[in-house]
Amino acid sequence: MKRAARYIIFYSALLALWVILAKLKIWPPYLFPTPWGVAEALYVGFQDHTYLIAIAVSMQRVLIGYAISVVLGMILGLGVASNKFLEETMGGLLVSLQSLPSICWWPLALLWFGLNQNAILFVVVMGSLLSVTLAMEDGRKQMPKIFGQAGRNFGAKGFKLFWYVLLPASLPFIVSGLKQGWAFAWRSLITAEMLYLSLGLGQVLMMGRDLNDMSAVIAVMLLIIALGYIIDGVVFKSMERHLQNKWGLAPAN
Amino acid sequence: MSANARAVPGRYPVPSSPRMPARGTKLGPVSLGESSAPAMAPVSKVGLSEICLSYKTQSGERLLALDHINLQVRAGEFLCIVGPSGCGKSTLLHLIAGLHSQTSGQVLVDGHPVSGPGTDRILIFQEHGLFPWLTVAENVEFGMKMKGIPKAERQERTRYYLKLVHLAKFEKSYIHQLSGGMRQRVAIARALATEPDVLLMDEPFAALDAQTRDLLHDELERIWSETGRTIIFVTHNVREAVRLGDRVVLLTFRPGRVKNEFPVSLPRPRSLEDPEVAMAAREVLDELRDEINRSLEAEYQEGTKPHIEPGVEV
Repeated sequence: MKRAARYIIFYSALLALWVILAKLKIWPPYLFPTPWGVAEALYVGFQDHTYLIAIAVSMQRVLIGYAISVVLGMILGLGVASNKFLEETMGGLLVSLQSLPSICWWPLALLWFGLNQNAILFVVVMGSLLSVTLAMEDGRKQMPKIFGQAGRNFGAKGFKLFWYVLLPASLPFIVSGLKQGWAFAWRSLITAEMLYLSLGLGQVLMMGRDLNDMSAVIAVMLLIIALGYIIDGVVFKSMERHLQNKWGLAPAN
Repeated sequence: MSANARAVPGRYPVPSSPRMPARGTKLGPVSLGESSAPAMAPVSKVGLSEICLSYKTQSGERLLALDHINLQVRAGEFLCIVGPSGCGKSTLLHLIAGLHSQTSGQVLVDGHPVSGPGTDRILIFQEHGLFPWLTVAENVEFGMKMKGIPKAERQERTRYYLKLVHLAKFEKSYIHQLSGGMRQRVAIARALATEPDVLLMDEPFAALDAQTRDLLHDELERIWSETGRTIIFVTHNVREAVRLGDRVVLLTFRPGRVKNEFPVSLPRPRSLEDPEVAMAAREVLDELRDEINRSLEAEYQEGTKPHIEPGVEV
């Protein structure tokens, strides 16, 4: 109750500030839209299905890209964690690559894949793959060794050992990395969509810019924030809670 | 199918000669030192021949952990291995389990050399090694699932073995919801459910309180006599070894060698408090004392105990 009250107070204050700034007309309205202008843009956008299509397209892209990174990242991370040679060689490379914003891959992606969806997917994968890989590597190392031993003891090896033992055993240690990977995937997608205009939320945002319609730009920004937050708060939170219940762990962080 | 499933439980306990008299009846005079074991089988269940194990420490020197260990374990025998910490007794179990390989020598099970883990030998860890992401029942089913046993039979057997360790009511619990003693019982049920010939137990009760441990001793003795498994049990507790074992093998401190063997022919069921158990334990302890002293001395000199158990590696 108290928490809800705090939320309400904080956000109404924020909104009030916005209204005041807009009312003062320091900047022209097309540069600094009003809250109701944004609300109207949202309404119109949903009304003519622009936003629904954009959301569907963006979600589809990010899910495909993220799924690819998770599968590849787990294989890579496990490989790096269990092979000394790979760890010494690839380990450093992976860490240094993480400082590269994934959009830097865009020119190469365009040359390799052409101006199409695959180029976007490539940028998304490059954005989140490293987080997932590093998380998996770290999780595999942090995971108590006894689980692997117990699994092998009961005759699990190869894929069975990975699927039934190593993967579930390392989940609590990699869930934050998976979450981070998701955030990177989402950001990379929007960036790529802003550069390559073909549906998606990024494109709708750029369309707002081209039309000088800052209300629409802010409306799309709110949508991007909301979607990222919902996935994080609903999907990953429930995954974490589920793990905590099973393992009997105190909440992470 | 259903008739078959119903007939299943009776099959599990491997029939064995009743070695354990009914509870409360004591057999005649106690004799220590004279083996009551049945006639030697032509091939021993587990045979260790000239096992040596050495490895590099962090400072780069080679350390001999196990030195020409020779040991024969009969089918159905309850063998206890005792020794001071650092004698390599846990390592020895890991070698038999196939989780680690020796530098030289051979581990034979039914006369065949061991080259890796196998479900004919199941190791029960000191820290139980149960999977926290699975329920109790799913944990017990795990080994059977890896073996490819059909689901219906898995569930049937799981129920049977959970009943055997008195945990039938907890099949849907998660591991963190159980007490230490219950966890060890689940670990025992999980191991038994794959119906291994040999159970390898690595100080399974060391972390438990005394009352729980006493209860689990009774249960383990009962399960052993009901299922006829071969058990190799590692402990640093001599009393526990004498209370449980048909034979107690004493290992020396680094490098681990077989120092002596003590057949224990006390009648079963035994209890930790039996004066006969205490007496027999004293005899073992007298020989163990030197080794413990050497182990302590090494610990003082080195400041910290070098970690030499390879059992900790994957």
